[in-house]
Amino acid sequence: MSLDAPSLGCTDTPVLKERGQREVFCGLTGIIWLHRKMQDAFFLVVGSRTCAHLLQSAAGVMIFAEPRFGTAILEEKDLAGLADANVELDREVARLLARRPDIRQLFLVGSCPSEVIKLDLARAAERLNGQHAPHVRVYNYSGSGIETTFTQGEDACLAAMVPTLPASDAAELLVVGALPDVVEDQCQSLLTAMGITSVRFLPARRASDLPAIGANTRFILTQPFLADTAEALERRGARRIAAPFPFGEEGTTLWLQAVADVYGVTPATFDAATAAPRARAAKAVAAHAATLRGKSLFMFPDSQMEIPLARFLARECGMTPLEIGTPYLHRGLMGPDLALLPHGPALIEGQDVDAQLDRHAGLAPDLTVCGLGLANPLEAKGHSTKWAIELVFTPVHFYEQAGDLAGLFSRPLRRKALLKGDAA
Amino acid sequence: MKLTLWTYEGPPHVGAMRVATAMKGVHLVLHAPQGDTYADLLFTMIERRDHRPPVTFTTFQASDLGADTATLFKNAARDAHARFKPQALIVGASCTAELIQDDPGGLAKAIGLDCPVIALDLPSYSRKETFGADETFHALVRALAVPMARTEAITCNLLGATALGFRHRDDVTEITRLLAQMGVTVNVCAPLGATPDDLKRLGQAHFNVLLYPETGESAARLLEKTCGQPFTKVVPIGVGATRDFLAEVAAITGLSAQVDETGLRQPWWSASVDSTYLTGKRVFLFGDATHVIAAARVAAREIGFTVVGMGCYNREQARALRSAAALYGVTPLITDDYLEVEAAIAAATPELILGTQMERHIGKRLGIPCAVISAPVHVQDFPARYSPQMGWEGANVLFDTWVHPLVMGLEEHLLTMFREDFEFHDAAGASHHGHKATARVETPEPVKLPEVTTKGTIRWLPDAERELKKIPFFVRNTARRNTESYAVARGVEAISIDTLYEAKAHYAR
Repeated sequence: MSLDAPSLGCTDTPVLKERGQREVFCGLTGIIWLHRKMQDAFFLVVGSRTCAHLLQSAAGVMIFAEPRFGTAILEEKDLAGLADANVELDREVARLLARRPDIRQLFLVGSCPSEVIKLDLARAAERLNGQHAPHVRVYNYSGSGIETTFTQGEDACLAAMVPTLPASDAAELLVVGALPDVVEDQCQSLLTAMGITSVRFLPARRASDLPAIGANTRFILTQPFLADTAEALERRGARRIAAPFPFGEEGTTLWLQAVADVYGVTPATFDAATAAPRARAAKAVAAHAATLRGKSLFMFPDSQMEIPLARFLARECGMTPLEIGTPYLHRGLMGPDLALLPHGPALIEGQDVDAQLDRHAGLAPDLTVCGLGLANPLEAKGHSTKWAIELVFTPVHFYEQAGDLAGLFSRPLRRKALLKGDAA
Repeated sequence: MKLTLWTYEGPPHVGAMRVATAMKGVHLVLHAPQGDTYADLLFTMIERRDHRPPVTFTTFQASDLGADTATLFKNAARDAHARFKPQALIVGASCTAELIQDDPGGLAKAIGLDCPVIALDLPSYSRKETFGADETFHALVRALAVPMARTEAITCNLLGATALGFRHRDDVTEITRLLAQMGVTVNVCAPLGATPDDLKRLGQAHFNVLLYPETGESAARLLEKTCGQPFTKVVPIGVGATRDFLAEVAAITGLSAQVDETGLRQPWWSASVDSTYLTGKRVFLFGDATHVIAAARVAAREIGFTVVGMGCYNREQARALRSAAALYGVTPLITDDYLEVEAAIAAATPELILGTQMERHIGKRLGIPCAVISAPVHVQDFPARYSPQMGWEGANVLFDTWVHPLVMGLEEHLLTMFREDFEFHDAAGASHHGHKATARVETPEPVKLPEVTTKGTIRWLPDAERELKKIPFFVRNTARRNTESYAVARGVEAISIDTLYEAKAHYAR
């Protein structure tokens, strides 16, 4: 380890841990994008009316089709006797699968109430697998607010799938994290251009495309919140490729470089594969960086994407992060991004929303990244805000989205200028 | 356990939040796990509120469950009281906290705060959002309102308006204006805009106006008992109901019900000849019982539609809805299962749906136009413009909003006459709607038509099937259904062009 602290960015910056009211979603929210990614999967939350209402509200607008998620709402009689709750669950699942024969993967998703009453969904999944295999594979994971924050739901979901993946000795690269199909295709073609053709994705679009894994599997994360999934893969013998996360031109290049190094891709091949999209990405980011350069940034904790995004905004867009909040800071996964993040911002893990709002008011940043519950109240006080949830619901990875990602942050500033009548 | 895909109502603590957020000077401390804070965005995003809801969540996590969640609650309540200095503190539990049985009411009282503490009992596993709002408002009134001398001038309280209500903001303005014309001043409007101190002086009003029975009836009944205040029973949505409401106020106060009707345009808009095309249009209504019952009266008596189905999602008001349904000779639908609502709408083949955000989606799927009349609502249902449902302006708004989704009068005739024109065909949609008009793809006459189309034991002969397609889209399903029923009733197995037109004559209205 070098003693030259500045060159290590925020690696040694102390992290302040806060406890208090958290203004974050629970892990159930991940279902909103996971059910679109896995086209033959159904997510059945075993929970309360609150869970159903959260999913409906977090989706913002209702999805114009029968959704592939639902909530088995616990009623008073289910609380009285757990044996009956299991019978009821089996009945609801049987009815659901009879109505939706296209479903091949069923996720039983635990919630706060199901955890508190200790409804054993692992055993329920086992029992239901006995009834519905091989046509339907039943998994279980917890998306409860007492166990998970927002994007941790995806981590829990993917981690639940890993132990059941078939074994294989094939030397394949596994790209981990739910990406929009178009982004996944771009990732695949970048890797193909580098000569890496044995590439699999987790989650897969369909059950039949699920990867097999083993000691020869190398995997790389596309999302910073997949710590449990990474551990589960390592338990199966797969080895992780450490890299910064593929946000922005630099992030994408370093991510691809990390893969290239493992696979012995020559510099010439790497440049041939990346030169053109790199140039495009840099050009697209530059257009937005003009608006963002020199502006200060405050991030409320939300998706665990805060550290890599702050790195992108600081290094590629010229912003000055003042405070970066994140629900959890996993140093193992975040190391490369922390090292790149310029020294300066306060790093906060956890949340005490009232204390944070006080600090925010004192700092008066030019741009605030926060959840939907805080955005309009802060706008009303004159701050420019970016809703954090869009960073999860929008394609933002790799070269072709680098400009769009920068645009998500520059738009609130450009809009404010427009409405003031002094458009830049 | 009941499988739910979409819900009409949130849990009861969201109802409590609707009351707390509507008011000023109160703070709600909810014992709730991390994640339940999602409910803040309902208010800040859907309603575009510029303040955070006055709600503190304890946001306990798994590690707290083994430790001391009661202390966590007490600290949260103490901190919230110190930071926000409310005139009254409301405390309650969300669904998960209900299971751990920490007794927020007892804990909050134990820490000895210098403001009234009102504990809520919100049974999350048996009741829902509307109940939670009604119960919260009732608890606040019970704790704060006391009998007192009446004001000198004739005054009333407006009860039931909450945050996230369907057009509550504008209804309050409209009804306040109407009452002022009669000589009645509003003493307190609550929960919307009221402080706990305002609730303490509810008792000085001469009577109460119950705007929304869903969220204000328990409080109105309580005030009738404790403060001897009568309350109005008619909800003034529509011209007839507004006149009945004014008469009711006149009976209570002895004032004249005659008020200025200058701004009321709906009766003439409805009587003018362009509106004849609205006659007998089949309409299906679904939403909260109050809005559905009122809308049915407007639809049937003031616009001249035919009510072909109506229902509500809130069982608390089922009885009122059943009696209203009897007036129109339709079977009431009381359910909170949107799949059931969709099936009922599909079966009734209405030409217009008056519903909630959920029915708007059902209408999209079934190709039936829809106007929104009730919560649950979407960001679009909080317009920037003044847009009440109640009073004279409300009646004008109802006419405009309900007629807009339909194909307009003369256009309907033109579509019927020129429906064979490839540019002016029916699938091009109504001319005043935003989507792009598309020319019909002209397919050459098929070489060989399928011999027959069958539906059950009924067959459509090819000629009849072609003729059916010439019928404009907005009545085609009804024509198909009527013809098939007609054929079944007469034992006709193959539907010919003659059968189609015989059925048309039979069902002529």
